[in-house]
Parts: sequence; C-alpha cells; structure tokens
Amino acid sequence: MAKSLGPVKRKFSPWTDPSATPFIRFENITKRYGDFTAVDNLTLDIYEREFFSLLGPSGCGKTTLMRMLAGFEEPTSGRILLQGKDLSGVPPYRRPTNMMFQSYALFPHMTVEKNIAFGLEQDGLAKPEIKARVEEMLKLVKLEPFAKRKPAQLSGGQRQRVALARSLAKRPKVLLLDEPLGALDRKLREETQFELMDIQHTLGLTFLIVTHDQEEAMTVSDRIAVMDKGVVVQVAAPAEIYEGPNCRYVAEFIGDINILDCAVTENAGVCVHPGHPPLVRLESDGMKIAVEQECPASNGAKVAFAIRPEKVRISLDPPVETDVNTAHGEVWDIGYLGDFSVFLVRLDDGRILRAAQANVSRLVDRPITFGDMVWLTWPLDGGLVLTR
Amino acid sequence: MADAPAPSFAKASPLRWLVVIIPYLWLVLFFAAPFLIIFKISLSDSAIAMPPYEPVFEGFGKLGDFLSALDFENYQSLVEDSLYLAAYLSSLRIALISTLLLLLIGYPMALAMARAPSTIRPTLMMMVILPFWTSFLIRVYAWIGILKPEGLLTVALQAVGLLAPDQQVEIYRTDYAVFIGIVYSYLPFMVLPLYATLEKLDGTLLEAASDLGCPPWKAFWRITFPLSLPGVIAGAMICFIPITGEFVIPDLLGGPETLMIGRTLWVEFFGNRDWPLASAVAVVLLLALVVPIVIFQNQQQKVG
Repeated sequence: MAKSLGPVKRKFSPWTDPSATPFIRFENITKRYGDFTAVDNLTLDIYEREFFSLLGPSGCGKTTLMRMLAGFEEPTSGRILLQGKDLSGVPPYRRPTNMMFQSYALFPHMTVEKNIAFGLEQDGLAKPEIKARVEEMLKLVKLEPFAKRKPAQLSGGQRQRVALARSLAKRPKVLLLDEPLGALDRKLREETQFELMDIQHTLGLTFLIVTHDQEEAMTVSDRIAVMDKGVVVQVAAPAEIYEGPNCRYVAEFIGDINILDCAVTENAGVCVHPGHPPLVRLESDGMKIAVEQECPASNGAKVAFAIRPEKVRISLDPPVETDVNTAHGEVWDIGYLGDFSVFLVRLDDGRILRAAQANVSRLVDRPITFGDMVWLTWPLDGGLVLTR
Repeated sequence: MADAPAPSFAKASPLRWLVVIIPYLWLVLFFAAPFLIIFKISLSDSAIAMPPYEPVFEGFGKLGDFLSALDFENYQSLVEDSLYLAAYLSSLRIALISTLLLLLIGYPMALAMARAPSTIRPTLMMMVILPFWTSFLIRVYAWIGILKPEGLLTVALQAVGLLAPDQQVEIYRTDYAVFIGIVYSYLPFMVLPLYATLEKLDGTLLEAASDLGCPPWKAFWRITFPLSLPGVIAGAMICFIPITGEFVIPDLLGGPETLMIGRTLWVEFFGNRDWPLASAVAVVLLLALVVPIVIFQNQQQKVG
C-alpha cells in the first residue's frame, strides 16, 4: 500500500502476517452460466474471526461467490477450502456455514422459537440443550417476549433479528450475510450494524457479508473486497480502500471523488519533505498539481488525479504565493447535507470540482453562496495519482 | 395490517351493497330455494299423482291442513332400512379412498410442475387442463372401451405376453373400475389447487432449511408439505364432496354391488318414483357433507 497513509495501527490484521493460514480460501474460482461469467478466476483469502465484506454493484458476482461457499452453487472450476478442507461436492446441509438470507427466509408456519431451534434439531441435540440455546439466542437479539410469535406477526426489524438468531444458533464457523440490512430503514440499519459487530466480536466468529452499500461495508468490516464483473479489484481495510483506492473504479465506487485526467511532468523520486514520499508533479489542462506519493508512472504518462471533496479547501481569498494545487472558479451549486455542504465549483476552464466543507457553526446563510468566485486548494497529501 | 381501519360498510355507497347482494341473491335463488323445496318434498308422502307426492301447497287458506300433513316418515325409513346407511357409508369410503389416491398421485405431479423450469410450466398446465376439452361422459365411456374384458387393456397385456390369450382383465364393473374412473376424472381438480400453493412456495425457504442442516427429503416434510396444506385441503374438499355424491362413474363403470348414495338416489327418484324418499336421501347427504365442512372451516379460522 502507498506509504503516504503512514503506518496503520490495527490490533487485528492477520492478512499482514505471511505465516498466518487463511480460514477460507477461494482458489481460482470461476463460475459460468452459459456464456455469462459471473465469477472469473478469483482467488481470495479470508482469515479466522475476520469481518469480511464483498462489495460491488449488482451483478458483480459477490452473491454468487457467497452462494458457492454456502454450497447452493458449485464452481465451474477452482475450489473452496475451509480450514484447509476442500468443500467441493459437500451439500449445503453438511457445510459448517450458516447464512442469513436477504429475504430472511423465515419459516412462516413456525414460531420464532421454532425457527431458531430448526438448525439445532437437525443436529439431533437434546431437547433441554436446544431450549437453552434458543433462549440464549433470543436474549442475544433481544427478542425474548416474541418467542411464541409467528414471523408474520413481527416487524421488519424483528424479523431481521430472528433471521440473525437462527443463523447464529448453530455457532457456524462462518456466518454468511447476504445484504442483511437492506430492508431496514437508515436509523435501524446503523444500530444493527454496530450490534452485528458486537455479536461478531463476542462470539468470535468469522463473518462474510455481501453488500452493495459502501457505508455499511466501511462501518462493519475488517477488510473489504471490492468486486467488479466477477473479479476482485481491491482487497483492503476500509480506510485503505477509501484513502488509497488502487484504481479509478474503486475510487469512484467508494464515496465521492473528483477525478482529473493528467499527464506526469516530473517524477524524479525527490523527497521535498524529509520522511515523506517523493514528489510527483502533474499537469491537467494547465492546472499544476503536486502529490507526495510513491508512483511508478514516468514522465509524460497519462494518469488520473483523484481527490475527495472533503480534502479540497474552499475559500473566497486567493492562496498565498503559489500556483500549485489551486483552482479558481464560480460556485455553481450547493448541496446542503446538514453535517456537510458540498460545493460544485465550475472552474474557469469549464470543468467542475467538488469541495465539501463541514458545517461547524449554526448558520443558515453561509459565507460562500451561489455565484461567488472562489479559490480551491488542497495539500500535497490530499490527492492521489491513479495509474489505472 | 390491523392498524389500518377497515373501510366500514355503513359509509359505503349503494353500489357497493349491490355488489355484495347479487351473489347472495344468486345463492338464495338457486341454492336455498331449491333446497327448501326438496326439504318440503322430503316431508311429504309418496302418491300416484302429478306431482308424485302430497300434500301440494294450495294457498294460505289451507295452510294448517298442509302443515299437519308433513312428517318425518321418510327419514324414519332411511334409518330403518340398512340399505341407505350402507350406501352412505360406502359412498364415504369410496370418496375417502379416492381422495387419498388422488393426493398420492396429484401431489407429486403438482410438485413436479411447480419445480419445472418456468418456460415449460404453461405447457404442463395445459396438459392437465386438456381433458376438460372433451365431454366428461365421453371420457368415462372411453374407459369402458379400455377396461372391458375384450377391451384395449386386455389386448395390450396379451400382446406383451403378461396375459395368456384365453385370459381377460376383470376390472370393468368392479369397484376398481370406479376408482380408476374417479381418480382419472378428478385428478385436475386435485392437481390445480396443489400446484397453485406449491408454485407460490418461496424457494429460499428450502435453501434456508438446507443451510441449517436439513437434507432435502426431511425439508419436504418440515417445510414444503406443511406450507402446502391449504392446497391439500382445498384439493381434498373439491374432490371429496362431489365424489361422495357421484352418480355417473359408478353407474357406468361400477358393478351391481357398487353401492353409492348418488345411485341409490337416482333409483329412488326415477326407478321407484318415490320423490319424497329420494328428497330425504338428498337432504341427509347434503347435511352429512356440509356440517363437517362448516365445523372444519370454523376450526381453521380459529387456528389461523
């Protein structure tokens, strides 16, 4: 990863340890449906106790990948290893994975209690043991008063909890969550995200979650795999994905970002500030840009400069004695989001750059408004050179 | 959901009342009224006259005489002559066995249809409905051609050597022929309601069951079958009720000892011209079928 991010402090990062053995390994997995390739020669390692997200737009193959791990689909080629054991040909009902379905798939003719007990009964556990485990699960998801209700008599949020309890009851080695919070409203979704993390931490299980919601993936995951057209584009921790996307696709998929087409004008590997990465100079249609970043691009190479709106400063005053990393333009539109305001600035050359500003004071009329001529500036470590 | 108040009929427009009233009027006109007439005849005495019973309602002036002439004599003879009870029981037995056979054959068919690729489902559906395009009577007559001693079945079995040339299939005019005819005729009525419920069944429920460690054969009994019960009940009702009163099939395919209440009724009505007794048979048949259904429906509503 780019050094510009500085040393990342993390308690849990088995993927950085070369001696660690992966818990789940997708090995050269390909899945075809007729002419359509849903998953294309994909290799991915997931470690024990990890909260791992598969993130991507619909049709990127993330759900197919998860369903292959659950056993509902067999890969066309390649194999899936769980704790070193090949899962090929093992039917879903013999796999140590449990899944929380997007539709919850609760059994409508059974009570909450019976739904949760279903998997335990399949294992042939003794009645008192099942009862104790069901009670434990009900307590975990705070649904004790609803034990005797049928799914139809519950709210969406409660059903989601039953589904979670049911999939956790068997203490699976891996819990698979397929868009688990999609049907919940925003408030409830955020609450549940934190609860999920809590539960995962308490039970010490490995969670694999499929989602198209990047905020959700960022909130809950230890690592995220961003997928596109059946391949993994980048696998990294949320902050690394957000701050150091490895390509345009990831940069644009995660969060909001400005992207400018540039040419490299100087990349001599010279460090301007001791201890920082070397300086790369770019030019984009006359705009001079400098970035501190390790970058393989040579002079004249066509690259992209990417910068997140919140890293662009917006000001009515011109910057002091510099023509690098600045732009001048007119405020064309303002998106007021409450916590942030996003300014769409039309530069003098017609391009549009977005700058976000935290609304730190309670003002209804903000100092910068529509039609104002403004200066945009950003620091040397604010943006990123993308070579693909 | 329950929190939305149901639109009240007190405030509803007259048009809405009309929509509700028309089906009820229909029922009164073509079910309740004929039933009351039959019930009245069942309380009358047989007579050699036109109509073949007395008393006949002759206006409100003689209402007292008219009412005093009615009695439950015919019902008494239903109880006293064991023939009728035997016919009722035999009908119920045949209907019950047929319904079970229909379930055994119809359920796998409906399940296979529901699980078939959606592209060929309309074709399968069409194949189930297709027999309706031919007259019911013709189809039953066709079975005579197949089942009779020198019929197609005998010829076919002799041709493949399963039957010696001097042997014949002895199914025609037995209870077996009646079962074959009934199962054949009623199969679509069993398959269609079953298919309707099975087709709606959410496939992810079976995936969830499998995911939780339940193999497919167990999942059928724990998930698919319980969830298809409304279809099973609907199909069983739609078949059981008319089979109990079935007349044509036992008459055409059954033997002399095939006892069914529909046939008894026909004999009383047209053979013996004893309209009052025939009416009594009909009333008892109706009550015997309606009362258990009403009780059952009530139970269902309490459960649901």
